[in-house]
Order: sequence, then structure tokens, then C-alpha cells
Amino acid sequence: MAVITDVPKESFRLSMLIYDTRYRSLTIQVVVFFLVMAGAAWLVDNAYRNLQLLGKDFNFSFLWTRAGYDIPQVLIEYTNDSTHGRAMLIGLLNTLLVAFLGCLAATVLGIFVGVLRLSKNWLVGRLMTVYVEMFRNVPLLLWILLIYTVFIEATPGPNAYRTLPDGTPGMSMQLFDTIAVTNRYTAVPDPLFSRSLGEISLGLFNVSVDLLALIAALLLSFFANRALLANATRVQEATGDRPVTWWKSLLIWIVPVVAVLVALGFHLAYPRLQGFNFVDGINVSNSLMALWLALTLYTAAFIAEIVRAGIMAISKGQSEAAFALGLRPGRTMNLVILPQALRVIIPPLISQYLNLTKNSSLAIAVGYLDLRGTLGGITLNQTGRELECVLLMMLIYLIISLVISGVMNVYNASVKLKER
Amino acid sequence: MKSSVFFATLTATVALAAGMSAAATLDDVKARGELNCGVTTGLTGFSLPDANGNWTGFDVAVCRAVAAAVLGDGSKVKFVPTTGQTRFTALASGEIDVLARNSTWTFSRDVDLKFEWAGVNYYDGQGFLVRKDLGVSSAKELDGATVCIQTGTTTELNLADFFKANNITYQPVPAETNAEMEQKYASGACDAYTTDASGLAATRATLTDPDNHVILPEIISKEPLGPLVRHGDQQWGDIVRWTLNALIAAEEYGVTSANLEEMAANSTNPEVKRLLGTEGDLGAMLGLDAAWAKRAIAVGGNYGEIFARELGEGTPIGLARGLNAQWTQGGLLYSPPFR
Repeated sequence: MAVITDVPKESFRLSMLIYDTRYRSLTIQVVVFFLVMAGAAWLVDNAYRNLQLLGKDFNFSFLWTRAGYDIPQVLIEYTNDSTHGRAMLIGLLNTLLVAFLGCLAATVLGIFVGVLRLSKNWLVGRLMTVYVEMFRNVPLLLWILLIYTVFIEATPGPNAYRTLPDGTPGMSMQLFDTIAVTNRYTAVPDPLFSRSLGEISLGLFNVSVDLLALIAALLLSFFANRALLANATRVQEATGDRPVTWWKSLLIWIVPVVAVLVALGFHLAYPRLQGFNFVDGINVSNSLMALWLALTLYTAAFIAEIVRAGIMAISKGQSEAAFALGLRPGRTMNLVILPQALRVIIPPLISQYLNLTKNSSLAIAVGYLDLRGTLGGITLNQTGRELECVLLMMLIYLIISLVISGVMNVYNASVKLKER
Repeated sequence: MKSSVFFATLTATVALAAGMSAAATLDDVKARGELNCGVTTGLTGFSLPDANGNWTGFDVAVCRAVAAAVLGDGSKVKFVPTTGQTRFTALASGEIDVLARNSTWTFSRDVDLKFEWAGVNYYDGQGFLVRKDLGVSSAKELDGATVCIQTGTTTELNLADFFKANNITYQPVPAETNAEMEQKYASGACDAYTTDASGLAATRATLTDPDNHVILPEIISKEPLGPLVRHGDQQWGDIVRWTLNALIAAEEYGVTSANLEEMAANSTNPEVKRLLGTEGDLGAMLGLDAAWAKRAIAVGGNYGEIFARELGEGTPIGLARGLNAQWTQGGLLYSPPFR
């Protein structure tokens, strides 16, 4: 007689949390989670208690008090009567300005160098290799300092442009007497409108209506040009002949902008020497130029490597097929290789944009007052609110980085390989 | 096995937390056997390391005097170079025990930043340094000028106020350290350089052509400079304060590093006796021994000796005593009585 024995249902014992592989991973995760949380709690508690020990509190009211210091470069209105909060905003805009200019220039230069590094021309290829290796392997701070030092040591002071008392004429300005390069700044003509439309106040800052008009004109041109090209494609598909569009495009781009400029009475105010410095023009400080140049050259070296990797990831058969169809090398690169390489290039490119933005905080080395220089430098020091300022600064950099990465991810989604 | 690792971590965490509880600075310094003193990254006459890494200067002398009073040896000092931006954080976080870095005593730093000035070792005021060939004879003629300025300092705020009050404009060129500033000024990246007049004199002395530069007559602010400590440790604050006072009082009573032993043995002035520890128990009140002030004076001499050696008219910096003369000589230096 067969006896059917039930497999006894194993009851849960505490030791199984450690010895049973089904539960062990869960146990470890829970314990680690609690340890991490306890560590965080300890840090916060420690900071809190130490602040109390020093008799300090934790609040952000200093952002609304008078800053009292001046900033060399301001994009929106600021005086030393403005608040620390506004000084922070000025710093943030300066950071965004140099980051934007840097990303733009580094991308153009990086793609250029990356493509040229693969050139069959031995000299061009080696030159690009030398450039990339030089900039990749020396710390960015040194490049910033070097370029800045060259700027201030190799250029003349504003004094050099002055006519001496004995009648000896000083240096004349460069580029048909319109631009003055000095060891402090480059004075360039200031675009002005004699029939300006004024400004609209947006609370925090004012926006020039002239600028809005120009942007509107450019947008108009953009859409008109797109319609023109779409029409040309339609005609091409219908008849097989593509109508000549280049001169129409050119007109569409130029005419509205020129019309707006003429209507607003556009003219340039040329810099002239008065007192110690050049006035009337725009003085672009050497610290901005040096920082921008260094960030661009440094990041471009990395972008060049990314572009090279992207191009090399595309199978050789693609270019062979393109050549077999009779496409010239330039068009092969633009129409076949680069579009495919983009999906390899974009993700690491996002990282480079983030790096550039964060690296711009090295600006303090050359006295460019960015977010780190205003909020994390002078404001922190004048108010003594280290913890608040640093936390705020970290938060702002985090937000900037997340925004850049978010925007670039949207772009990445639009160019990546479509799978169906 | 695993749990023991966890327990070890936990125990370590708890131990760390316990170690953070505050102890008196004097005990910390004694236990460490070394005084952590915050100084500038380099300003001739005030604090500057020489080729062998030995720090000398007016502020350095205060550090050495405190170390001598507390530890019995003026060389037991670790000098921590700080910039205008890092100095207060370094002090507040406990990285340094005392900050002797020509820092201006202001209300908000004292009250809001929770620091305690031990006194004033240099009465200063902000001035301007310009090139002679600029043809400027007054700071009020600096309309439109480019001015080099150290960030995170009181001079930065005074500068803005001065130009505003006189209804003239300027273009600031900020930098973080004095060395950076000097390079910018020397290469002509700014027309004028502003900081405390003593700092200007020190900077001018290091330029390759000091005679071509002039300090403008305007002094636009009061800058009482002195050593400072954290709020909340009164005993430590007293030690630094009275060490500084001892140096000042020693000059007033004619106690120098040369006649120190003789004065201690033979002086009949009760105040000198109390200062040098041969009478009374002032040292014990501070938590130190009787000879604390004697050692502090021995290491670099009295205030006048230090001044003459580091900043005085016999040095390249060439500062006159001016406001920093003893009160008996028409200056502002005045030590409260030792009794």
C-alpha cells in the first residue's frame, strides 16, 4: 500500500532571512537602505547641531538684502543697491551666456576636428591628433589661465591708443578704426536704434522690443524659407527638375531683417577713448573671452573624439555604397555618414555639454563673475551663509544640468534609429 | 559574518558622532601640540613664507606669540594659507584655531558671522594705488577707471560706496588672491588697485618699479585689522586677546625681547611684574602658567619691535607708526590694564 506523504510545508524561520537565497537579497537591500538613510540622517543632524553650536541659523532671507558690491559684466540691469538674489541672477545669466557660447563653438569646432582627424591627408590628420591630445591631457584651469595671461600680457593698455601730450599719435584701432583690443577688454561698436521701440518690463528684467522685432523677422524668414524649399521639393517630385532656390532663399533671409533694421534706424556707436577707458561701444571683457576660448578648445577636443568614434562606428559599406551611387565625399559625409553617426554621437555629447556648463565655474580664476563668483563667492563671503549658498548653488547647477540633458534627450529621441 | 560587518559599521558611525562633540579649543591645541593659524596666502610684511617655507610677517608674529603662550614654543604653529573667500569658513569649521589675516572688524562679521575679534593689531584704512604717469592726484579723479579689487572683502563694499557717494563710475576687476591682483595691476589690466593702505604699501614694495607708483591721499574707510576666533569659547578668546594685549603693554612699559629676563627679575613696576608672571596669578586665570606672556614677548619682541622689523620705516614697506603708535605717543594703541 502506497503511502502518499505530503511534502511538509516549510514554516518561515527568522534565520531564513540570511541563509535562504530567496530572502537574502531582500534582507541585504533593506539593511543597506536603512544604513544609507541613517547615514543621511546623521549628516543632517550633525550639520544642524554644529550650526546650533555656532549659534547660526539656517535661512535664505539674505537673498533679499542689499548686495553692495559691483559686478563687471551684467546682462540685465544691476547696481550695488540690488539684492543678493539679483546678484545671483546676474551670475546665473553670466554662467548661461558662457555655457551657451561655449557649447555652440565647441560643437562646431569639435565636428570639424573630428572629421578632419580621419582625413586621408597625413599632415591634416596628425595636426588634429596633436590638437586633441594637447587639450585633452592638460587640465582646463591651466588653459584658462594661459589664455587669459596671453590676453592681458600681449595686448596694449587703453593708454596706448591715446595721443601723447607731445603730439605723438597713439595706436589706431583695428578693423578700420572700429575695434580696440586692450589688455582689459575688446571694445566693439554698440548697435543702436535711433527709432527704438523701447522695452517691455517682465518683472525681473526688461526685454528690448527692437530685439523682439528682429527675432520675429528671423522667424518669418525661417518659415518662408521652409515653405519655399517644400515647394521646390514638390515641384521636383512632380517634374523631376528642382527649381533654383538659392537666390530666393537669400532674399527671404536678408530682406525682412534689413527692412526691420532700416525701420528702426539702426546705427553703430563706435568706441572712443575718454578718460581712462573706452566708452560708447561694448567692452567685451578679456575674462569672458579667455574663459569662452578655453572652454571651447578644451571641450571641442573631447567632442572631436566623440565625432570620430561615431563616424568610425558606421560600416565602411555605407560610404562604399554612397560612392557607388556617385556621391562625392563631402555629400557622402553630410547625407549618409553623419546622420547615422548622430545616434552614436548624441548621448556622449550630452555629457560634454554638461561638463562644459559645470566647468564654467572655473571662471573665478580669471575674475569672470558667474554663478560661482557671485552667489558662491562674494555673496557667500559677505553674508557668511556658506551652507545656504552652496546648497542653492548645487540646486541651480543640478537644474541647469537636468534641463540640458532633458532637451538633448528629446533631440536624441528624434534622431535615433527608428525601429518598427 | 555579514552582521558583524554591519555592527562594525554602526559602531564606527556612533563613535564618529561622539567624537564630533565640541571640546575647548585650548585643550584641542594642547593635545595637538600645534596651533593652527590662518594667514593670507602671501602679503609681504604681514604673512609670507620665505624660500625655506618659514613664515614671517606682522600677522605671523601674532600666531607665534599665541603658540608660545599656550604651547611654550613659538615654532609650533601650522600656518594655513586662506584667501579672502575661504578665511571665515576655515575658522567657522574649526580648521584653524585663530585667524590672523588682516581681517577687518565689522559689526556683521562679529555679530552675524559669530566671530570674536581679539583686538586690533593694525589700524588701517582703504586707499588707492596708481601709476604715477596716470597723472592722478586724488581718488575723486578716478571717474571711469578700472579698479582691481579682491573679492569677498570689506574693501569691495567700501569701493562701491565711495564711487557712489562721489557720483563717479568705475569698472571692477575682481580676483581672489593678492598675488593675482598684483599680476593684474602690474600688467596694466587695471588703472588703480585698492585695498587697505598697509596692503598697498606692501604691494608697492614688491613691484619691480615701486617709485613709479603712488598711493593716493584719500583714505576712504576705517579698517581695524586684528586676529579673531570663533564665538562660544570665551577662554580661548581671552587667551588670544590678552596675548595681543601683552605685546602692546610690553612696548608701553619698555619690556623688550632684549631686557625681558632682567625686567622679570628686577622690575619694581607691579604691572610689569603681573605681566611677566612674577606677581599675581594672571596666567592661571587664563588656564595657562605664569610665564605665558613672557614667552609670547620673547618669541618676537614687543609690538613695537615686531612693527619695526616687519613693516616699519626701516623695511622696504616703510610704514610710519601713525595711528598705530602707543596712546602715550599720540596713537590709538591702548592695552587694558594687567590687573
